[in-house]
Amino acid sequence: MTEQMTGAQALVRALEHVGVDTVFGIPGGAILPAYDPLYDSTKVRHVLVRHEQGAGHAAEGYAQATGKVGVCMATSGPGATNLVTPIADAYMDSVPIVAITGQVSTPLIGTDAFQEADISGITMPITKHNFLVTHADDIPRIIAEAFHIASTGRPGPVLVDIAKDALQTMTTFSWPPVMQLPGYRPVTRPHSKQIREAAKLMIEAKRPVLYVGGGVHKARASSELLELAELTGIPVVTTLMARGTFPDSHPQHMGMPGMHGSVSAVGTLQRSDLLIALGTRFDDRVTGQLSSFAPNAKVIHADIDPAEISKNRHADVPIVGDCREVLGDLVNAVRNEHNEGRKGDYADWWRVLNGYKETYPLGYDQYEDGSLAPQYVMERLSALVGPDAIYTAGVGQHQMWAAQFIGYENPGTFINSGGAGTMGFAVPAAMGAKMGRPDATVWCIDGDGCFQMTNQELATCAIEGVPIKVAVINNGNLGMIRQWQTLFYDERYSNSDLNRVKRIPDFVKLAEAYGCVGLRCERPEDVDATIQKAMEINDVPVVIDFVVHQDAMVWPMVAAGTSNDDIKYARDMAPKWESEE
Amino acid sequence: MSRHTLSVLVENKPGVLARVAALFSRRGFNIDSLAVGPTEHDDISRMTIVVNVEELPLEQVTKQLNKLVNVLKIVELDNSLSVQRELMLIKVRTDAESRSHVLELVNLFRARCVDVAPDAVTIEVTGTTDKLEAFVRVLEPYGIKELVQSGMVAIGRGARSITDRSLRALDRIA
Repeated sequence: MTEQMTGAQALVRALEHVGVDTVFGIPGGAILPAYDPLYDSTKVRHVLVRHEQGAGHAAEGYAQATGKVGVCMATSGPGATNLVTPIADAYMDSVPIVAITGQVSTPLIGTDAFQEADISGITMPITKHNFLVTHADDIPRIIAEAFHIASTGRPGPVLVDIAKDALQTMTTFSWPPVMQLPGYRPVTRPHSKQIREAAKLMIEAKRPVLYVGGGVHKARASSELLELAELTGIPVVTTLMARGTFPDSHPQHMGMPGMHGSVSAVGTLQRSDLLIALGTRFDDRVTGQLSSFAPNAKVIHADIDPAEISKNRHADVPIVGDCREVLGDLVNAVRNEHNEGRKGDYADWWRVLNGYKETYPLGYDQYEDGSLAPQYVMERLSALVGPDAIYTAGVGQHQMWAAQFIGYENPGTFINSGGAGTMGFAVPAAMGAKMGRPDATVWCIDGDGCFQMTNQELATCAIEGVPIKVAVINNGNLGMIRQWQTLFYDERYSNSDLNRVKRIPDFVKLAEAYGCVGLRCERPEDVDATIQKAMEINDVPVVIDFVVHQDAMVWPMVAAGTSNDDIKYARDMAPKWESEE
Repeated sequence: MSRHTLSVLVENKPGVLARVAALFSRRGFNIDSLAVGPTEHDDISRMTIVVNVEELPLEQVTKQLNKLVNVLKIVELDNSLSVQRELMLIKVRTDAESRSHVLELVNLFRARCVDVAPDAVTIEVTGTTDKLEAFVRVLEPYGIKELVQSGMVAIGRGARSITDRSLRALDRIA
């Protein structure tokens, strides 16, 4: 069936057809034609945010909470460039979003027209793909292609920049369009020979570890992972992007590896003889100094992106494929080995690993002056709110504490900015997550530095009826910066003090100004009551200002550029590896 | 480091060259030479890219190029199994006395004289990088006024074509 309509109407119709129900955005001159038919759409809800960066992170939060493609919309020029940070963030963390931007009319392109920016050029290195659309006839096909590219293979952001005259021109709409992507063929089926080889190595290994990254949840493969882990008895570590993909409470879970990972997880990787790396990319924050990372381990590396395999660390068994298929096939291959009487024996390995867990549990200090330890806030949140909620975090100390001290049991329940390290991610991401999953409780854990970058979206939350809960871990400083200055810059606190004394702004009043409930908690004994009070409020957003001690540090830590072997579990405290072995 | 010749088939669309060039600069790979042009199929352009890298970075180059949605196919052409050519135009200072010597060199190198002026000749020469370098060396004593050179183009020897299969992929869509 075909119908005559404008390019703008075709855009909205195409969005409806690909299943979009929520768009985060702000109108402006060049995108204005699209906002007119959007006004009439009963299927697409447009959420008017307060800053385009908020729209982008909200789309990311929506995408990660639902598994669907998140959508954000902005006008040309500054509207589009304000989306650059969330697009870069989505690129680093492989989050499927589609950004739709208006562009100046075709005859004006290249003339430095008002609000003109070459956003397709600007975002070329931070998008999976992008399009500049100058003909109305192309709009439905390109929208279909954009959603296909964003959501298949290794997910990622796709930008569609549409010239204003293309939105205004009449065109013939028909659905579905024929996609024209001859060069786009993601491989999802793993090679059976590689799978058999991997299974063989897993059986032969004495000290194997499942090194699980964000790709496993993106492939919706946590149950397959659990099956493989329990079938083999191999320990599991979950990276920052994989928290919750394997239950924290499971006895085979060794924790999060990396710069602020647990000693047990880092030790497991370092002393392993076989890394089974799944949907992970050997990021420098996990490997530390690459040359001394897991020095005695062979590597099985499975990823849907062939370019990740052997990029940082040589893979002895490379497997290109979707992690769900890879894990399913590995389960079968290991079963076959078991049926032939070959089984891995990791008893000695577990004796070492259990030693790590017992000797080096995560810990922290309480303060004798009665002030609040941020880690305690996390522990109480975890205990009172529980593992069924979705948690988002910004970037810095609070993010690491949220990764360490909250127990995650379900995949996709910890949404944060990993690769890009984007401060200001948490509030808009929580808004997007809550809109995608209205049934879920969404807690945004933020630092006072991060919170001041994007808290304007609390207005959006209050107006649109999105009752998120925000725990601001307020130490009055750019905490992670302060920590590095303490450790590596002679306690010279250059520009990391957000003025703890004057308390500007007052977060409780700020919350109230935004139509939210504001609460403050400064003492350990008030933490439970404050959290419970927040949990009882479900009609408006709640902000809790947790005023915490400014000297709290994130431990353990592997200093940047050094070997994982030199991890410290507290200041100047190194684990004694040999004693356990 | 060693030189590798990549033939890259891409969709003939605006911005594809920029994507490829941006990818090389962003990932820190150096391009020695790049030539782009149409192929026997209207929808496909072919880039010949010469890169100077180790084996492992070359694998990354190829994998990252393959991720570009507009890239259809990448083939590394082995030097001994392919024909490689560059084109050079050289303006050489000549007078009545030196002209015949220069023209003799033109003949020896199977080059062509494409323009003559009283005090200069312009020469067109094609060949491998080595041949062009040798030609420039023998002309230098006469005085090279201007020189312009194309990127390398290359094609595999024998009957096989690297475009056949990609064409079929495009045809399925059309």
